[in-house]
Amino acid sequence: MDCSNRLLQLKEEGMKSLFPAAPRIMVGMASCGVAAGAGEVWDSLRREVQKRKLDLMITKTGCIGICQHEPLVDIIMPGYSRVTYDRVKADKAPELLDGLVRGKFAKGMMARIDQEEFLLDDTRKRYASGKVPAALAGVVPYDRMPFYKKQQRIALRNCGFVDPENIAEYVAKGGYFSLAAALKKKSPEQVVAQVKNSKLRGRGGAGFPTGMKWELCRNAAGDGKYLICNADEGDPGAYMDRSILEGDPHSIIEGMIIGGFAVGARQGYIYVREEYPLAIERLELALGQARQAGFLGNNIFDSGFDFDIEINRGAGAFVCGEETALIQSIEGNWGEPKPRPPFPAISGLWGKPTVINNVETWANIPPIMSRGAKWFNGIGTAKSKGTKVFSLVGKVNNIGLVEVPMGVTLKEIVYEIGGGIPKGRKFKAVQTGGPSGGCIPQELINLPVDFDQLSKAGSIMGSGGMIVMDDRTCMVDVARYFLSFLEDESCGKCVPCRVGVRRMREMLDEIVAGRGDEGDLDYLREMAETIKDGSLCGLGKTAPNPVLATLRYFRNEYEAHIREKRCPAGVCKDLISYSIDQGKCTGCGACLKACPQDAITGSKKKPHRIKVEKCIKCGACFEVCVFDAVVT
Amino acid sequence: MVSGADQKIIKDLVTEHGAGSLVSLLQRVQSRYNHLPEAILILLSREAEVPLSRLFALSTFFRSFSLQPRGKNRVKVCLGTACHVKSGENLYDKARRDLDLSGDEVTTGDLCFTLEKVRCLGCCSLAPVVCVNDDTYGSMTQEKLSKVLHKYR
Repeated sequence: MDCSNRLLQLKEEGMKSLFPAAPRIMVGMASCGVAAGAGEVWDSLRREVQKRKLDLMITKTGCIGICQHEPLVDIIMPGYSRVTYDRVKADKAPELLDGLVRGKFAKGMMARIDQEEFLLDDTRKRYASGKVPAALAGVVPYDRMPFYKKQQRIALRNCGFVDPENIAEYVAKGGYFSLAAALKKKSPEQVVAQVKNSKLRGRGGAGFPTGMKWELCRNAAGDGKYLICNADEGDPGAYMDRSILEGDPHSIIEGMIIGGFAVGARQGYIYVREEYPLAIERLELALGQARQAGFLGNNIFDSGFDFDIEINRGAGAFVCGEETALIQSIEGNWGEPKPRPPFPAISGLWGKPTVINNVETWANIPPIMSRGAKWFNGIGTAKSKGTKVFSLVGKVNNIGLVEVPMGVTLKEIVYEIGGGIPKGRKFKAVQTGGPSGGCIPQELINLPVDFDQLSKAGSIMGSGGMIVMDDRTCMVDVARYFLSFLEDESCGKCVPCRVGVRRMREMLDEIVAGRGDEGDLDYLREMAETIKDGSLCGLGKTAPNPVLATLRYFRNEYEAHIREKRCPAGVCKDLISYSIDQGKCTGCGACLKACPQDAITGSKKKPHRIKVEKCIKCGACFEVCVFDAVVT
Repeated sequence: MVSGADQKIIKDLVTEHGAGSLVSLLQRVQSRYNHLPEAILILLSREAEVPLSRLFALSTFFRSFSLQPRGKNRVKVCLGTACHVKSGENLYDKARRDLDLSGDEVTTGDLCFTLEKVRCLGCCSLAPVVCVNDDTYGSMTQEKLSKVLHKYR
């Protein structure tokens, strides 16, 4: 059978499972869901279905983004909208199934989804025709929830909507059709031009124009070119790529095959971080399915084009996210970056022209091919087109993955999508760009988020981690945290980075211990400049950024540590002491029990006290007190 | 010391691995032996015809390789940014106290636990996170951590 028939057949099969004739249950089974207990929910639903011999489908799905509400269970009952239950516990399984059997819905719905969006075809299909039945009228449609209202999902189009282990559902959503069309109707040059015209910029951090990179590689002399997908997502606090790999692996595979055709490569590699075992498992499964369907391998869609993909597992080195270090690691060497030029597009893996793009970049390729360059560059700001996925984490109410058009303001992200700061505390800053980035303070909360605005504000877009900090976060401690991270991760090749970052961290150690000097801040700045100038790769060049950015906006916090020997946020252990607010303490005894040092005394129902000389400042009492009586 | 069985294992691994990268070869050897014992690395260097110095460089560059025996249970305390701002370090200190580790020890004397710091497991919504083997525990507190560790003893 030829490949296009296979495509149509898969599409039909996929539509049947997306819009099933019998009820279907979907459990959000990305790593974050599993960690929140989705595995137990899955097991208990399966057991219960078998016990009752029910005729229904249970499938996995990826992360729909609203991680704070995991585990999530979706139910599609023919004739009704799809409904989502949040924070589902394993013992809720019988109740959910009781409802299904009786054609009713159990209580506890978070939202309903009236229609499935087919982004690649620009169509929508309703789950049920006619009016929303009374049973669901009071349930909020998911796209009207504050968390989703301002989002536009392009890279995340399928995450949480399809079963990542079923290629048919990916095809039903329009997948692999862009590939077929590109191979049949376009020349490689036309594909490159389309990506170029879309003005897509690399989503891994630096924002280099993707089309330009492809063109360089396409025009580079020599054959045996390579493609690499950089899935070594190392920035702490960032998990966008993991979610795409786990929730929609085919989107990356399709993007890469199109890329291979465009630049003239026959072999691709996906370099995945070893901390992501589930992503590796799903990718392997997806690669197998794509090969079996004839979308990967020899003579794809009878076009004469051959392409295959291999997975490479990282071995735990942050610097391997840097493209030249990553290439070294695939070649079997330790991950030391190399000077550029030559850029990998000219001389990369094994000295051959190589295109290396990040996961989210690859996931954007199929939509650009099917909807056109003009559609894509109509989204976003003047110089940053399309959308960006952020992992919104830290001290914010709605923790999760959000995808917004470039140009949305930080305020909209933190307050409208994120729902503000927990416990009504005061917002202090958002950290973007991981260890190479910086902190954006309250004064700049109206900043539109795109590549240029963030760098103007002294930070970077980076891969998309967005960590919200409140008044209980110490900015000096945050800077020290990133420096100690980078000190661990520096490959050691360039002295300014290897020794300089350590020296900066040691100085911050002194400052947070209350032994800082007045001249330290100038010295830190001087060191920062030297490290920037004297390091070869992105890691070293940006290593001082966390210090520079915090110094720029939060100099007063540094000064409080140095001059007053005080940590205003109450974090730095040498500068704080725990005590109990006698007015607030109810004498419940929780802290007394939690204290590993027997440093807390007090009798029941009477305010307790902490013996400062015994206290090791482990924070156990602070953690357990529900009356906010433990203070620093 | 290496046995005849080890020699066969290494020989087979090298043959099976073929032209793949050295990093993945070491990953295979480590998953077989749980760490990279010196004698095995010497053997591997001979079988794969790679200088021992190169194997040593690789196994000390990448964090996932260990030259020391590791405990039966691997406890990973996440110190990603989200976990850091939610006091992940306090959990690490608590684990050290509970497992009675002193100095720069990371493995308990009975080889029951190895304690590691990891940078972001990608479950930031559940911060602070601790992972034991393949099980992830979210929204951890010092109190909960003691109970979790107890389960694996």
